[in-house]
Amino acid sequence: MVSRNDYAVTFSVKDEDHTLANPVRFMLNKNPHVSFTGYSITHPAEKVVNFRIQTTGEMTSVDAFRQSLNGVTDVCKHIKAQLAAECTSFQASAGTSMEA
Amino acid sequence: MTDESAGKRRKKQDGKATAQPAREEPSLPPHLELQRTHVVAGADINANTMSADAANMFMALGIDNSWSYEKFLKGFQLRINKMDKENATLEFDIIGIDASIANALRRILISEVPTMAIEHVFFVNNTSIIADEMLAHRLGLVPLQVDPNLFEWKQGEDVASERNTIVMGLNIACRREGTKMINTDVLSSELKWLPEGSELPDETLCRFVSSQAEILPNGMAPTVDNILLARLRPGQCIHLEAHCIKGQGREHAKWSPVATAWYRLNPEVVLLQEVGGDAAEDLAAELPGLIVVQDGKACVTDPRAHDILLEKVRRLSSEERWAPYIQLRKRKDHFIFTVESTGILPPEVLLQRALDIMIHKCQELLKDV
Repeated sequence: MVSRNDYAVTFSVKDEDHTLANPVRFMLNKNPHVSFTGYSITHPAEKVVNFRIQTTGEMTSVDAFRQSLNGVTDVCKHIKAQLAAECTSFQASAGTSMEA
Repeated sequence: MTDESAGKRRKKQDGKATAQPAREEPSLPPHLELQRTHVVAGADINANTMSADAANMFMALGIDNSWSYEKFLKGFQLRINKMDKENATLEFDIIGIDASIANALRRILISEVPTMAIEHVFFVNNTSIIADEMLAHRLGLVPLQVDPNLFEWKQGEDVASERNTIVMGLNIACRREGTKMINTDVLSSELKWLPEGSELPDETLCRFVSSQAEILPNGMAPTVDNILLARLRPGQCIHLEAHCIKGQGREHAKWSPVATAWYRLNPEVVLLQEVGGDAAEDLAAELPGLIVVQDGKACVTDPRAHDILLEKVRRLSSEERWAPYIQLRKRKDHFIFTVESTGILPPEVLLQRALDIMIHKCQELLKDV
């Protein structure tokens, strides 16, 4: 974490790549209290994502980051639940038996 | 002419009226709404491909573009289209998520959901014409019917044990019997599981404390038993031991649990204005099945049933005659997702695991910030 104040912070996330960074960036962009966000992977051989989050001041960068991670988690959990429900009902309607 | 209900907080675009049904929330002018929700396929370039909308993007129009869980729940939909047990393929529609989430899911399926695959091959004898390293590579790519969750990771200098390694043996010799040749084809069915562990523990340094039969009561084998691994002539033989460990597709594709996983955007074919008379007949002839003539007017049927014609729609939409009438669009938040498993695990289980991995990533990072 590199910062001079709480509202404009660059996070350095190790062992992650676009898989995590892009959804998180999407969530941050959709947060009205975030004035700027972006990430860069400085070198493909280095497994580090540099995440820049600047906020309008209503919320610290850390809080915005946490909120976005929780947002992505919620989305994944919802997809997971819906997928399980849809699979069950699809199999029931198709009348096919599936082994787990 | 103005539309009072929707136009209240909106700047007028060259005074053009837009008849829209009354909605609870203020809506964007249709041309901006189209930009927000659809990719418009042009002859040589697609328009409006960006999707990373900022929360305050339409603030000047009084429209909140931020994300909320409630809004997400309202717009989210998941529908299963095809579940093909035989080919371990699942196709489903997922509506109301951003491309970044769909892509994360795809990336995890291909490169992060773990599986077991052959990593070390110890050759006792190989007199066939296929070189040891070639055969070892081929063996690595054989998908194995075993749940990787039952095993631990073997990292760095970890000692091979019944908890992190599966041992398989292959011992085959080709011979002549009368006019027939026996064992000319070495198939994946020849790979036999050795639940008691390595038969050459001094060479392989792999010693099991107990039998693996407890961990794998149903045994294990390659998912398909007719993969051709090598061919032999009489007098040639292959004798080897293959050790499988848990890994991820990002290290080597042999650990990828999917043959492939992909998504595409939902296509829509739109008639921009009414097409009647001869033009309707001509258009229906150009796009048989996709466009039908009803009461002398052209109508669009289901674009997804006519995938093969969609690129033709794109071409027609750039031709002088049809450009004012027809357009191909793709909805940005509607993905047709296909997962083709290698057969190790059913695709719906792979998806559940991929989502768990994504959730785990977020939760781990939350601990640190």
